[in-house]
Amino acid sequence: MPIISVRNLVVEYGGRRVLDGLNLDVEPGETMVLLGGSGAGKTTLLRNLLGLERPQSGSVVVKGVDITCCSPTELKRVRRSIGVSFQSAALFNSLTVEDNVALALREHTSLAPSIIELDVWMKLAAVGLADCGKLYPQELSGGMRKRASVARALALDPEILVFDEPSAGLDPIVAAELDELILLLKEAFQMTVVVVTHELPSAFRIADRIAMLYRGSFLAVGRKEEIRVSQDPHIRQFLDRVPDIVKPAHLVESFFEKYLSSPEVAP
Amino acid sequence: MTKFIENVGRDTLKRLDYVGGLSMGLWAAVRALGTTLPVTGNRYRWKASVVQMLEIGVEAIPMVGLMAMCCGFILAMQGGSELRRFGAMSLVIDLVAIGFTREIGPLLTAIAISGRSGSAISAEIATMVVTEEIDILKVMAFEPVEFVVAPKLLGALIAVPCLTVVCNVCGIFAGWIFMFFSTHLGLKLYVHEVLESLVLRDVVSGLIKSIAFAAIIVLVGCREGFSVRGGPEAVGRSTTAAVVKSTFLVIVADMFFTAIFYFTGKH
Repeated sequence: MPIISVRNLVVEYGGRRVLDGLNLDVEPGETMVLLGGSGAGKTTLLRNLLGLERPQSGSVVVKGVDITCCSPTELKRVRRSIGVSFQSAALFNSLTVEDNVALALREHTSLAPSIIELDVWMKLAAVGLADCGKLYPQELSGGMRKRASVARALALDPEILVFDEPSAGLDPIVAAELDELILLLKEAFQMTVVVVTHELPSAFRIADRIAMLYRGSFLAVGRKEEIRVSQDPHIRQFLDRVPDIVKPAHLVESFFEKYLSSPEVAP
Repeated sequence: MTKFIENVGRDTLKRLDYVGGLSMGLWAAVRALGTTLPVTGNRYRWKASVVQMLEIGVEAIPMVGLMAMCCGFILAMQGGSELRRFGAMSLVIDLVAIGFTREIGPLLTAIAISGRSGSAISAEIATMVVTEEIDILKVMAFEPVEFVVAPKLLGALIAVPCLTVVCNVCGIFAGWIFMFFSTHLGLKLYVHEVLESLVLRDVVSGLIKSIAFAAIIVLVGCREGFSVRGGPEAVGRSTTAAVVKSTFLVIVADMFFTAIFYFTGKH
């Protein structure tokens, strides 16, 4: 049984259809990468997977609970088994890294402070930030902040780990380190991982399966080898990094032609 | 002409919608208030509430105190210059004492706090929205209203009436300074006269007002913060809107409260 199951998901913003009847199954223990260009609807899909938005129609079933229409209590229960690392890391700036990680443990469990301290230290060590617990988020570099947010996502030992653009804004070395970290964590904690990204090397490094999103619908969902050799023109365009067939020079030319023939210039 | 009436109607509905939204916010925040109480509630929320009390209340004492002294002095001077002509200088004491406890104390404090803390609240929440911290709170199975709004509301509900008392005392003391320099009135006699002129109703009505103002300031600040859409520049706009709207609503609410106390009081 899939751990996340999306059926006929439709999302519209002011009449504009952003997601157009998506279907997706994520099996337990696999890494699913949602790949797509800017504006393809990746972030919207992710927000719907997390129950941060309500879709126009369709269902998102996580661990057997339809989070589009369940009660707030059930939604909270489901969310406790999901760890999320956002694109901007979104650490609480008023708390130290340690407290960021410990927050969920302190509030959602009745563990003794000494156990929480140990657990936090372990999670920070797992992401390679064992010495940075006492620092504030502003004192960390971009890559360290991402790692700290991963440690926080791991706090409650989630079954599902969700990453929004893990390598955005990071240099290639740090981005690659983060990919290895995701692989390592998945191996160590046996989690289901969902990653939203547009970075090809990262996607093919960490994915078991890839879902290729294009203008609100899936072009293909399959193992990464299948996606790599796909002959779909849009997928090929994305993978081969071909720009759309609009030549900027031509655009400028046509602009000037129009301008010169306009009544105010031609007396 | 019809267009004008249409616009007036639409704008009125918009304002009513805003006030309706505030009342719903108040209901949600009051329901979450239970978690902030000491002993029975969540101790982290109580700690956060105490921090808010210090930030909203204690840190504002010098500013509110000085403002109140200035206003008390102004009121005494303006009143004195007129009342002197009738040889009724002793009425300056009543003017300052009753004016401050009933009206100027609560209003002055509310305006100072709306500028100082209303803006801070909306800026803090708006920043949390922009940096996805509110989203991460939801995903971590926290209730943003309980986590962010409730401690601020409790803090303000306790701090603002206390500040109002400080404001009253400072204002009335400034009235004595004026009386001392104009009529060499002793402090003891002045205090006696003040107590003579005040009834409990004046003080209580002022404090009831200040509690209502505290709720308005916090709720408007929170609402403006949460409704932020877009990037960092939207944070600035929300801060301005919070101060303008809360000051406006405080004065409108003051009129209603004064009317209620006026019509229910003995003449």
